[in-house]
Amino acid sequence: MLDSLLAGLANLDTSPEMLALFVGFGLVVGVLFGFFGMGGSFLVTPALLMLEYPAPVAVGSGMAFVFGTAVIATLKHHDLGQVDYKLGAIMITGTTIGIEAGRASVYYLESLGLAGGIISIAYVVLLGGVGAMVTRDALKNDDSGGIDHEAADKDLDEYEIPEMAKTIQRTVRIPPMVTLRGDVRVSAWVITAVAFATGLLSGFLGVGGGFIRMPAMIYAIGVPVPVAVGTDLFEIVFSGGLGSYLYGQGGGVDLGIVVPLLFGSALGARIGSAATAVVNADGIKIYFGGMLLIGAIAVGVGEIGSYIGNPALELLGLVLVIGAAVVVALAILYTTISSLRMTRREGAAAAD
Amino acid sequence: MAGLAVPTWDPETALVIGTILLEAIVLYAGYGGLERLLGSHLMQLLLGGAEDAR
Repeated sequence: MLDSLLAGLANLDTSPEMLALFVGFGLVVGVLFGFFGMGGSFLVTPALLMLEYPAPVAVGSGMAFVFGTAVIATLKHHDLGQVDYKLGAIMITGTTIGIEAGRASVYYLESLGLAGGIISIAYVVLLGGVGAMVTRDALKNDDSGGIDHEAADKDLDEYEIPEMAKTIQRTVRIPPMVTLRGDVRVSAWVITAVAFATGLLSGFLGVGGGFIRMPAMIYAIGVPVPVAVGTDLFEIVFSGGLGSYLYGQGGGVDLGIVVPLLFGSALGARIGSAATAVVNADGIKIYFGGMLLIGAIAVGVGEIGSYIGNPALELLGLVLVIGAAVVVALAILYTTISSLRMTRREGAAAAD
Repeated sequence: MAGLAVPTWDPETALVIGTILLEAIVLYAGYGGLERLLGSHLMQLLLGGAEDAR
């Protein structure tokens, strides 16, 4: 057994150039994930599809990467006391069934030869939709989309439950009712429904589903923002682990992809989360929305290139999706260093 | 592979997922240690050194 794993690691079928690309891409994805608390992982699967990996490998390896990233992030949020283990445990059942349904759909579509195309179209719709929403909110200077860093610093008692969540808590009172952190009381069925819907998305697209699950936990269940972030990550550890296992049984998890991606992203996530203490996310949110929109266009261009057999278009799609992520990550780093230097100069001037 | 499947025990797959889990924990601890060890030096390097600030 160990021999087969070592043989697999030794023969990763990944060239040094590809390893460097995956470490670098992982670093970029990690910076985005650490800073925005979402949105890193769903760039990985489309990039792998554009690199012409089979759909189950692209989705399975994307999900295994999400699993590893979630383990690292959950350890950090556990230290900060931001994980509701009861909520996470209830969500696991719904998410597990959802993931399995999503995974079965991928293999069914793969047997029809349609998986790559349909997953790419789903990504175009998803990236485009979320990108448009985040960009619109950024232009309106709204607080939704990604982690609100100021809200994340509040005490749980100070957090106000959104009206939509209050309405759901009042109207859907099917037992058993559970009490969550922040004195939130909600039907276990609401939690399970949210978990199933996001699990389905995770299983089908190989994403953590945080960009849907986090707003759903906040607006449908009424969980405080920091607890939603921490519990979402805890839940991804299990759902991502199970999803990776199921894909792995079908040969869908390629360690030659996941190991270098994780190596880069673990470092990037530290840099990204450290940057949140320095930079206001609202200033950069518009870049994030733009990156998702460019990602949607890139996947569309790549898919058209693949459909008409034009390698130049496929390459353009890949360059666009990676380029957009790199530009936003560099914008975060540049703004962070500039802010730190300005703070230091002001401190020095005040001391003089 | 189509259709809902109940996960069955597969030692090789479990080892692959275990490897990813182990890598994640090692990276969390390793990068955390590096941050404590080199973080302040790196900040000084990035911000142009303590002397420039005075």
